Amino acid sequence: MIRFFLRRFVVAVLVALTVLTLAFLLTRLSGDLAISIAGPNASQDDIDTIRRVYGLNRPLWVQFFDWLGRAVQGDFGESYFFRDRVAKLIGERIPITMSLGLTGLAIALVIGLPLGILAAVREGSWVDRAVSLVALIGQAMPSFWLGLILMIVFGLKLGWLPISGTGSWEHYVMPGVVLAFSAIPSLTRLTRSGMIEVLASDYIRTARAKGLTRFSILVKHGFRNAAIPVVSITAVQLGFMLGGSVVIETVFALHGVGYLAWESISKNDFPVVQAVVLVLALLYIGLTLLADLLNAVLDPRLRT
Amino acid sequence: MSALLEVQDLRVTIGSTAAVRGISLSVNKGETHCLVGESGCGKSITALSIMGLLPKGSVRETQALRFAGEEIGGYGERQMEHLRGNRMAMIFQEPMTSLNPAYTVGSQMTEVLRRHRRVTRTAAVDRAAELLARVGITAPGLRLGQFPHQLSGGLRQRVMIAMSLMCDPELLIADEPTTALDVTVQAQILRLLAELQKDLGLGILLITHDLGIVARVADRVSVMYAGEVVESAPTVALFAAPEHPYTRGLLTCVPVPGKVKRDEPLGSIPGVVPRMQPGFAGCAFRDRCPEATDACAGSFPRQNMSNDHQLLCTLAPGWTGSAAA
Repeated sequence: MIRFFLRRFVVAVLVALTVLTLAFLLTRLSGDLAISIAGPNASQDDIDTIRRVYGLNRPLWVQFFDWLGRAVQGDFGESYFFRDRVAKLIGERIPITMSLGLTGLAIALVIGLPLGILAAVREGSWVDRAVSLVALIGQAMPSFWLGLILMIVFGLKLGWLPISGTGSWEHYVMPGVVLAFSAIPSLTRLTRSGMIEVLASDYIRTARAKGLTRFSILVKHGFRNAAIPVVSITAVQLGFMLGGSVVIETVFALHGVGYLAWESISKNDFPVVQAVVLVLALLYIGLTLLADLLNAVLDPRLRT
Repeated sequence: MSALLEVQDLRVTIGSTAAVRGISLSVNKGETHCLVGESGCGKSITALSIMGLLPKGSVRETQALRFAGEEIGGYGERQMEHLRGNRMAMIFQEPMTSLNPAYTVGSQMTEVLRRHRRVTRTAAVDRAAELLARVGITAPGLRLGQFPHQLSGGLRQRVMIAMSLMCDPELLIADEPTTALDVTVQAQILRLLAELQKDLGLGILLITHDLGIVARVADRVSVMYAGEVVESAPTVALFAAPEHPYTRGLLTCVPVPGKVKRDEPLGSIPGVVPRMQPGFAGCAFRDRCPEATDACAGSFPRQNMSNDHQLLCTLAPGWTGSAAA
């Protein structure tokens, strides 16, 4: 168990280092930073000054290790646009993005898992086909478009829910639903196929031969085993949601990390961009590691 | 005394296949009834249909399906749930996959008892430990906390047997319980089943294709072919005087030391069990039978050879149809 965890942990650290390097290099590839910071009317002198002040005249590898050294201590430098510490900017916005992601995930699980189980139990029936259709529609619908439709219907026409901002829990309902919709299809499909496979297994026949109740057979003996791959995909989906919140937060004007990313990309505020990419990637890596651990808890065969 | 289990004219169709075509058999208390035949002849389907565990899309019909004097043929899923695992239990051919990998042995064993009886968790654990010891597992306390993947196939089958006994069932259906195991383990498991039967008065319906097993444990044998019982007799009588060409064919497939000479080829029956369509007439074995006559394509009745020996064959002495034809 400890060896299993250590192995996963080492892999996670290596992935994190790779992402760190990529985050740094990609922002440098997008053009000469000094020129874009200085703006279109700047003179050559201004640009040179900016280069010197920000240390952009140093060799690339010196810049990288300087940034890396600070980043591991939680110091991501200062935003060129907001004139504030990047760590503080992100720290303020993380709770909003996390609330949104968790709301989306909760909605996705509450809808996706029962639908998948239902489709598996009624395999081949009209219920199964209806669930597949819903999953297909969910998959095909762009989230920004669904977001706008929901805003028009529930925000403007019916007036049930606020269409932007972060004042109360109600502000998270519509964006949460939109985020959930992107995750429901894969959760449902995976639950369905996993359940179909598990329900055909010998130990389900044993459970039936033991005279257990239908609920116990389906959930305790069935879903418990079908859940193992679902847990992995759930962690990946939450990662997607946190990353995908760039679009949703922009549509619903939620000032979370995604919105910050969008703002800083459009303003070429590269310390912020680097930090956001890094933070989201680290969250993703952390979630994958968590999924591995949860799998080990769920599947005793992984533990020994 | 009425039989513990009595099946009359059981028919099972799965899709367009007639898997079981009118089987009758009975199991008495304390008796082992063996159902023998090649793969695909409907033995397992017969077992599953008695338990009410047939796969989706199968249809079961019976004249009578009586368990402990009660007609259970019309029982719904709810009523069957209360019988299964409680008064009739089943063990399977695949010990490696028949236990749930996600739960400990203890949790899977206690679950049956707590489903059917009002007992405390501790009482259920005690009962499980007692039964594990009873089936010859050392350190039952340790095993209770282990997961199936930590046990060998033989141990898992012992756990399955112990689990099936949790509620003190009257009937145990064992579907090829030793097929997947080593020969030495096979012998241990068979001895165990025989012992348990003697101690607990279990009725056992044992399904197997292995005549060696039949000879050792069965009180009564029914030989199945293509969804029918072609010959049924007490074990001693059947081995002494097999009447059906199929039974005789099966017996020549088994080497008997002293009787079979070295280098002499063992017997075999050419061909495979046919897939039966509903409405098939005549003997299903006639295409593979060395003694088939034209009469075998017609219909003929089941004959009593002696008071306890039934045969479904045109060779039966009481059968005069061939002379008339």
